[in-house]
Amino acid sequence: MSTALIIEQTLNGLQFGVMLFLMAAGLTLIFGVMGLINLAHGSLYMVGAFACAVAAAATGSFWIGLAASLAAAAAAGALIEVTVIRKLYERDHLDQVLATFALILVFSEGTRWIFGSFPLYLNIPQLLGGVVTLPGGLPYPAYRLAIILVGLAVAVGLYLLISKTRLGMRIRAGESDREMIGALGVDIRTLYTVVFALGAALAGLAGALVGPLQSVQVGMGEPVLILAFVVIVIGGIGSIKGAFIGAILVGVIDTLGRFLLPLALGVFLDPSQAAGVGAALASMLIYVFMALVLAFRPTGLFAAGD
Amino acid sequence: MKKIIAAGLVGLAMGVSGTAMAEPIKIGMITTLSGGGAGLGVDVRDAFELAIEKSGNSEIEVITEDDARKPELAVQIADKMIQSDEVDLMTGIIWSNLAMAVVPSATAQDVIYLSPNAGPSALAGANCNENYFNVAYQNDNFHEAMGNFANKDYKKVFILAPNYPAGKDSLTGFKRFYKGELAGEVYTKLGQTDYAAEIAQIRASGADAVFFFLPGGMGIAFTKQYAQSGVDLPLMGPAFSFSQDVLPAMGDAALGIKNSASWSHDLDNEANKAFVEAFKAEYGRLPSVYAAQAWDTANLILAAAEKASVKDKEAFRAALKQADFASVRGKFSFNTNNHPIQDLYVREVVKEGDVLTNKIVEKTFTDHEDAYAAECKM
Repeated sequence: MSTALIIEQTLNGLQFGVMLFLMAAGLTLIFGVMGLINLAHGSLYMVGAFACAVAAAATGSFWIGLAASLAAAAAAGALIEVTVIRKLYERDHLDQVLATFALILVFSEGTRWIFGSFPLYLNIPQLLGGVVTLPGGLPYPAYRLAIILVGLAVAVGLYLLISKTRLGMRIRAGESDREMIGALGVDIRTLYTVVFALGAALAGLAGALVGPLQSVQVGMGEPVLILAFVVIVIGGIGSIKGAFIGAILVGVIDTLGRFLLPLALGVFLDPSQAAGVGAALASMLIYVFMALVLAFRPTGLFAAGD
Repeated sequence: MKKIIAAGLVGLAMGVSGTAMAEPIKIGMITTLSGGGAGLGVDVRDAFELAIEKSGNSEIEVITEDDARKPELAVQIADKMIQSDEVDLMTGIIWSNLAMAVVPSATAQDVIYLSPNAGPSALAGANCNENYFNVAYQNDNFHEAMGNFANKDYKKVFILAPNYPAGKDSLTGFKRFYKGELAGEVYTKLGQTDYAAEIAQIRASGADAVFFFLPGGMGIAFTKQYAQSGVDLPLMGPAFSFSQDVLPAMGDAALGIKNSASWSHDLDNEANKAFVEAFKAEYGRLPSVYAAQAWDTANLILAAAEKASVKDKEAFRAALKQADFASVRGKFSFNTNNHPIQDLYVREVVKEGDVLTNKIVEKTFTDHEDAYAAECKM
């Protein structure tokens, strides 16, 4: 096993992590500001991927597809906020879970109704199609490297937005005392719609970015949604910083675990058995990590209001 | 006026004689029409219905229900079909875990089940049943074919499958016939979408080819990521990953990949030509291997119905067992465990005009039997 392979796997973990961050950031933002558990976040991810695939197929340009995915996911987010979610803020979490679960079904079957059951095709843009040779002679797909950069840029952008702008100030105010900022004359309804649309756009961006790597199909959002929840539980619910650290940790632990555990077990088991047991253990690893974090820090690593 | 009446009488007479021959058959189809993997169920349903329709036998009633790929739902539907709809035959299940949940209880209630796809090893060996006919394959077959083919060109193959029973069966099937050395053996998480870690291992392993079994969206993700990774070792796998339903989503990344199947749309026989034509005309797309298996299932039922009454289970089973129908796979017969004895082919993904599809490269097994038939005492 060479150092190059370990570096490559760490990069893969990073890339997976920033992807999760894009999902988790929206989820944690919505929970932090509005106290809402949004199970339909995975559907917005799917909306982004489908919008990108359709626009890219129609125009031949991935970049137009990317813009379309942001617009479509933000619009879908704003739409469900105004029509459904708005009625749920005062209800308890169980009602929210039920209603947003219903939204998953509506989105999934609606998408199937429009696009059919067969996966759509989406390829990476020409510009990022190749392989980049990293220092040390390590070949790495340019597209994955670009995802890492986009994810980091979004993280920095969100940090600046939340800590330096007026909108960010209102979001923070909304997190700490919703009634008060309403009383101070901030239009809380519009603020909620904007935050929800922002979270939705991030999910849509994530969907569009992974579209060319995976398959664009109905139901693609739910597995990611589960991981995004793991991330925000680890990071601390409501904290963007926590979501970032949590996402990177989950990405790297999962990737390295999948790679190293079967190798480690191979020392004392036969290869076929080691592969099976290692894979099973690796798939549990992030949940074990989550349990450990919760045991020592029940509110997560960076709980909001800490 | 006279002519019209005469024509009407002739028509009536023909209609009467038609119904006199055919007797009502109720078929319950449980298949996956929503959620992940719905494309497979849609192909099975479409081909099955088309075959029944083309036969002109209006006495066959097909009740179709969606299992959403959930075993518990499939069991409920099966109970309803057997107890309140009182179906004579059942078919349609795509996934092995659903088949395991439904088939043993259905066959125990003396309902004949014909599988258009799933063929778990647990139902092929000691637990075989006279009411269970598999018209598709035993799960290991396609993988065995690929293992046999790999012996020709490759000495060091890296193998990869999801960590669940069919994934384990897959690699076992491949290794049963592959004689070379393994560069690596990896089990991935079921439903995994990112394969960067595995591709990095393949790059570092020194393999000369890669065999993988990743059905549905997993295979699309892997193939695309592999093409982008700059690793250029040849890929091969069972047809499930390169079936007509997933090829459009893979795009050119799939070109040149070798895959094994019992059927291909370019297989040269009359029944197959008629099937491909009819399917294309009706649905405007090329049929997949699942569609071919469902078409054969329907035609097997139609052929048996001409020989025996479905109410006489003993006679109907015997008629099914003869497999006296024109299979789109050319040759087809049942082994002692009611699983197919058939030829297996290696196909290559090619582009015909703008459409990605498969072309037969060679026949790798003739009259191939599954490995479990000997354990079946029937």
